[in-house]
Amino acid sequence: MADDVIDADELDPGFKYEISKQPGGENLKLCFQCGTCSGTCPVRAINDKYNPRRIIRMALLGMRKEVLCSDFIWLCSTCYACHERCPQNVRIPELMFAIRNIALREGNIHPVYKGYVDALDGHGRLLEVGEFENEKRVKYGLPPIAEEKERVRKIFHHTRIKDRTDGKLKGGEACATEGSK
Amino acid sequence: MKSYALFLGCTVPVRGMHYEASARLISDKLGFHLVDVPEFGCCGFPLEGADHLTSYVMAAMSLAAAERKDLDIVTLCSACTATLTKANKKLKEDRALREEVNKVLAETGAEFKGKTNIKHFARVLVEEVGYDKIKAAVTNPLTGLKVAAHYGCHYLKPSEIYEGFDSSERPVTLDKLIEAIGATHIEYEDKLQCCGGGILGFDELSALKMTQSKLQHIKEAGADAMTFICPFCAVMYDANQKTAEMKVGGKFALPGLYFPQLLGLAMGYTPKQVALDLNRVKVNLKFPEAKA
Repeated sequence: MADDVIDADELDPGFKYEISKQPGGENLKLCFQCGTCSGTCPVRAINDKYNPRRIIRMALLGMRKEVLCSDFIWLCSTCYACHERCPQNVRIPELMFAIRNIALREGNIHPVYKGYVDALDGHGRLLEVGEFENEKRVKYGLPPIAEEKERVRKIFHHTRIKDRTDGKLKGGEACATEGSK
Repeated sequence: MKSYALFLGCTVPVRGMHYEASARLISDKLGFHLVDVPEFGCCGFPLEGADHLTSYVMAAMSLAAAERKDLDIVTLCSACTATLTKANKKLKEDRALREEVNKVLAETGAEFKGKTNIKHFARVLVEEVGYDKIKAAVTNPLTGLKVAAHYGCHYLKPSEIYEGFDSSERPVTLDKLIEAIGATHIEYEDKLQCCGGGILGFDELSALKMTQSKLQHIKEAGADAMTFICPFCAVMYDANQKTAEMKVGGKFALPGLYFPQLLGLAMGYTPKQVALDLNRVKVNLKFPEAKA
């Protein structure tokens, strides 16, 4: 038998409820597997690693670790094309965000997200607006921008997002040893 | 004249200065005024996939800043538009979440009350200015110029947050704007296709394949240029066009302009005034003589 056969004993029947409780994941259980999302998805059309219908089926089956610790959960481009067409209002892009939120707490820390958090912590915004950028802005007749990182840091301190992406928080550790592959 | 708080987000003020410059240039002449709000920051979009609460607080921080000035928000970035609109709606509806967000926000001295509204710049052109007033403001119609509209994603989707504005499956607003400035809009295959920007950091090749396929379709349809209204779409189609050619294939030399740049040219501003020098693919088109 092939190695990738699903072992029912390894499934986590609570996974779908865990996702449903996460903002954005509420409608997961409404999916009836029509595949409109995958038929619509522009990423699926060029990269078969990403298949939203399949991810939803895996989630419903309870393949917790296989979903949370995977590298395909980062491939939704958040274009919302599937969202517009899903007959069951599963809200797939929001569902993918929900899954990513859980994955991060389980130790699947994608370097892109760590990069976002570090940039926001360092500059108050995703892209630095330093002296160079402001000189260029003035040259094009635009007002200079002052970075305001203190308020963002206060928020991050409260929600502990930076501790999370720095891997300093203990929590579920389903993917901790594997990280993002 | 109605005033709007101008929300720039993260990408526009650094990588989309030509978008910002042209938008600022034309707004007063079209009857609306843009106000800078120094407290505006990141909309929260980058953190939706990391931590919902942090993402909502980031959005609420800017929404609250606009509320304090008693202003509605106009956005240039489509992702900011969707994220702020979504957060505004959700925080108004979900009392428990609002209280949780406000508890964090209180540490910065702010409070979300739900008293502002968000509109994309292009939507303001369509709904507040209107096609007729735009036509009347055009002094140098771009007659003969064939332009392909790229709507992108978050300008229209998720449609449930945009109160029936345009259509996510058969959009027309950008095509009508193109016609309003005297140019000709071009139809092309897979018009609704996403630019790929959302996965650029996660899977560069897949993202560039998405970019390349649209460049190909637009080129095949015989357009002189494409137009977009989101800084990330611009990063993909304009700034990354050469990379897409190199890594995926093809040779396009397809100029991509932000719509306010095209509108500015049609209103008589010079290529320099709309900062055409910042477009990465050379904009080698014949524009009517600028009068301004």
